[in-house]
Amino acid sequence: MGLDMIRKASRNAALAAAALTASAAAHAAYDVDILPPGSPIAQQIYDLHWAIMWVCVVIFVIVFGAMFYSIFKHRKSVGAKAAHFHENTTVEVIWTVIPFVILIGMAYPATKTVLEMKDTANPDLTIKVTAYQWAWEYDYLQDGVKFNSLLATPRAQIEEWEKKGEAKNPDYLLEVDNPMVVPTGKKVRLLVTSNDVIHGWYVPQLGINQYGIPGFVKDTWFKADKPGTYRGQCSQICGKEHGYMPIVVVAKAPEEYAAWVKEQKAKAPQAAAPAQVAAGSPSTGAVATTAAAPAEDPNRKWTTDELKALGEKVYAANCVACHQATGKGMPPAFPALDGSKVVTGAKGAQVALVLNGKQGTAMASFARLSDSELAAVITYTRTAWGNKAGEVTPAEIKAARKG
Amino acid sequence: MSAATHAQDHGHHDDHAHHPTGLKRWLFTTNHKDIGTLYLWFSLTMFFMGGVMALLLRAELFQPGLQLINPEFFNSLTTVHGLVMVFGAIMPAWVGFANWLIPMQIGAADMAFPRMNNWSFWLVVPAAILLVASFFVPGGAAASGWTLYPPLIIQQGISIDMTILAVHILGASSIMGSINIITTILNLRAPGMTLMKMPLFVWTWLITAYLLIAVMPVLAGAVTMLLTDRHFGTSFFNAAGGGDPTMFMHIFWFFGHPEVYIMILPAFGVVSAIIPAFARKPLFGYASMVYATASIAILSFIVWGHHMFTVGMPAAGNLFFMYATMLIAVPTGVKIFNWIATMWQGSMTFETPMLFSIGFICLFTIGGFSGLVLAITPVDITLHNTYYVVAHFHYVLVSGALFTLFAGAYFWIPKFTGKMYNESLGKLHFWLSVIGFNIAFFPQHFLGLAGMPRRIPDYALQFAEWNMWSTIGAFIFGFSQLLFLYNMIECIRSNRKAADNPWEGADTLEWTHLPSPAPYHSFETAPVVK
Ligand code: HEC
Ligand code: HEM
Ligand SMILES: [Cu+2]
Ligand SMILES: [Cu+2]
Repeated sequence: MGLDMIRKASRNAALAAAALTASAAAHAAYDVDILPPGSPIAQQIYDLHWAIMWVCVVIFVIVFGAMFYSIFKHRKSVGAKAAHFHENTTVEVIWTVIPFVILIGMAYPATKTVLEMKDTANPDLTIKVTAYQWAWEYDYLQDGVKFNSLLATPRAQIEEWEKKGEAKNPDYLLEVDNPMVVPTGKKVRLLVTSNDVIHGWYVPQLGINQYGIPGFVKDTWFKADKPGTYRGQCSQICGKEHGYMPIVVVAKAPEEYAAWVKEQKAKAPQAAAPAQVAAGSPSTGAVATTAAAPAEDPNRKWTTDELKALGEKVYAANCVACHQATGKGMPPAFPALDGSKVVTGAKGAQVALVLNGKQGTAMASFARLSDSELAAVITYTRTAWGNKAGEVTPAEIKAARKG
Repeated sequence: MSAATHAQDHGHHDDHAHHPTGLKRWLFTTNHKDIGTLYLWFSLTMFFMGGVMALLLRAELFQPGLQLINPEFFNSLTTVHGLVMVFGAIMPAWVGFANWLIPMQIGAADMAFPRMNNWSFWLVVPAAILLVASFFVPGGAAASGWTLYPPLIIQQGISIDMTILAVHILGASSIMGSINIITTILNLRAPGMTLMKMPLFVWTWLITAYLLIAVMPVLAGAVTMLLTDRHFGTSFFNAAGGGDPTMFMHIFWFFGHPEVYIMILPAFGVVSAIIPAFARKPLFGYASMVYATASIAILSFIVWGHHMFTVGMPAAGNLFFMYATMLIAVPTGVKIFNWIATMWQGSMTFETPMLFSIGFICLFTIGGFSGLVLAITPVDITLHNTYYVVAHFHYVLVSGALFTLFAGAYFWIPKFTGKMYNESLGKLHFWLSVIGFNIAFFPQHFLGLAGMPRRIPDYALQFAEWNMWSTIGAFIFGFSQLLFLYNMIECIRSNRKAADNPWEGADTLEWTHLPSPAPYHSFETAPVVK
């Protein structure tokens, strides 16, 4: 009976704890710990951190225990007389050797984890991650899925300079339009690179923090244990929207993952309105060139209104950060598009500018957008605000890409 | 030779007739004390400027959302705050103390190269103006973080060129200052002042000066390459032209890690002077302190990769830098143990310099421990570029370097001015600083553990509570520094005369052989050290 009661009590306690953690997860105020690990490496990191923390705490208590004892006992106001010793080789050797031994004890498990982290061999799945100012592009090299992932929090929740912002979403700044989806229990290898400046692909719960460096591809890996959503952010300062390029990884059971891949592929040919999801080059496994645009149905006919509607969305996701929703920009750093000579002038120059960017300025190449998205956003800028220039079609973009 | 007779000797020498007065005195001065004073006031000014920038940052971070400043300006503030604090506040302050103290502590009349000394100081002023003025040029001040990584930094405008020029000038000034300090220490010591009799502040500065000479040219090289990449078509850091952005990181941190020791070694020297003085007991393990300082300095050249664990170095690289970094904990530990052994069985009193020194030992150790945690490569991967790192380096820089600067200022101001500061105000300054500092920076460890990146103007909702506390603490800390300013000015203007040696346990030459205030020319005839 006694046992039973204990069991019951501990179950209740566990339930209460679960409820607490659940609410804590929803709004983890006053969190003081590393987030719960979601991969074997993250688990090792978690254990290493606590092991070292405890060693530090013990040393701290001993050493500062001695110091504060001395502060209370050996003070002039309680009549302490100063001794005169100032050397003792034995103790000095002891307190040089002991820390050294402790450090070796710490280095040993850490070395094992380092070697494991670096072992990217035999992955089940490889995803190329390309960073842009300020978006992530995910290219599933085997499964032939490729899409961009951008911040999904509306600007109205962020900007409060003039008036109080709208109520913030629970996942404020940690939500994206298209998350990276991966199968659980599979070794996922990431090839991380960047198109412009250095960024950092950082998802703490998966134990990954990897710089994306323009011109270089670095690899790392993770394995998500359980289905779930893991959130992170760009970790390396990359310009003004650095705080606004979150990462979301959704781990699904392998069957659900397969279904997701199928769905993405089915969706691709239409290049449906705001979806930046499209099929990449079919599973050749080769590393695609950075600026390869997603493929889409080349025969689709677009009306001007459709282009403008899509263009507004593309603009909101990719251009507002610099050129602003009003099109007024933030001169002198970011020019206005409203009334700009380039925007209202000849199509060719503008298409070339948006496609190739302008070397040495913050205006990057947007070749990663699809033909229709580019046509849409250019059409939108040519017709929005006070601008009254004509539309640009996906076919024209396609021609411009060729050459 | 008794202190009293010597003090009288000097009382009469102390005439100011031979040098210009007013503005010209300061512009043309070649006197080590005048130049020290200039450095100290300059760095205090920069400290307040950097502090205002920090408080603006913290105000924006008080709650989620953007309320006060826009993200670009936030990035500029972060960058210039970092640069101003490192190059404008901490480093010049140590040079100020070096100027004042080194000739007095080794029994010299002045620095070895007085004119170069003047030039060293007057170079830092235009550099500081360039840094601060860059806020007002089109495009705003540098917004890449104080680490200046390309390619991000290549994208910005003229402010980057101003920053590069400022770094060049500061580098030149530091190198001249270091040559001066090394020459002074090696050549102008009084008879009998052997190297192993020098006060530890002199030792730590000697080693720091070598570090400066070794790494400032490296930084100059790095920023010159940035400049030519920007304007002269080179591709040092541009992959499209065969370069590599990672190379900049290697070069920068080859400078950057010794740089943090440049800021902290003189602090070790100051604490090693203050603890024995207030424990009324000689420093424990003098020789091992010297060797530990030298080992730290040498090791500091082979640990830079701990800033780059997320670059994707090979396992061998990661492991090497992890082991080397962990190794630095050993000599650092030795220092802490020696200070505590100095206190042990002493007869301690707790005036403001002692309080700041004890505060330093406790809080710097916390910074040391978080450094050890960050040295463990896998753990660093999850904490790199998060607020944990911000907490770590503020524990070593603010409660490390800055607290000891305060300790040194309170300790030596009676010697500098011949007046005594207000002890109760000093203690109040200490307690408010310790409390404000810990409220501001301890919670940042938690933010980092929970994954909040640094250098962001806005954050997710689960970070809101700790950020709010951090801002409250920052404002308490920031405003308490006005007490220090007031205390110093009030001390200088007061007529509370200080004794030649107001501290019972202080036994270096400036206390035992010179009056307070110290005469304009320290030792016209060298004392004999037994
Ligand atoms: C990182 C900030 C940034 C983003 C995001 C950005 N631009 Fe730009 N854009 C610039 C800058 C800076 C310039 C000025 C380049 C120069 O110095 O000529 C510019 C110039 C332009 C111009 C030429 C304007 C003129 O009058 O010279 C056009 C057109 C343009 N951008 C379109 C776009 C479009 C369309 C998008 C979204 C797909 C976009 N930009 C996204 C920064 C940005
Ligand atoms: C009033 C006290 C201080 C406060 C409130 C404060 C606050 C801050 C803040 C908010 C940041 C930006 C962190 C980020 O977003 O990454 C920062 C960065 C920094 N601070 Fe301080 N700081 C203070 C004092 C100092 C001092 C005395 C130093 C001494 C050297 C210092 C050195 C730095 C450095 C090097 C950086 C990094 C800059 C960068 O990221 O490029 N700070 N500080
Ligand atoms: Cu980024
Ligand atoms: Cu370092």
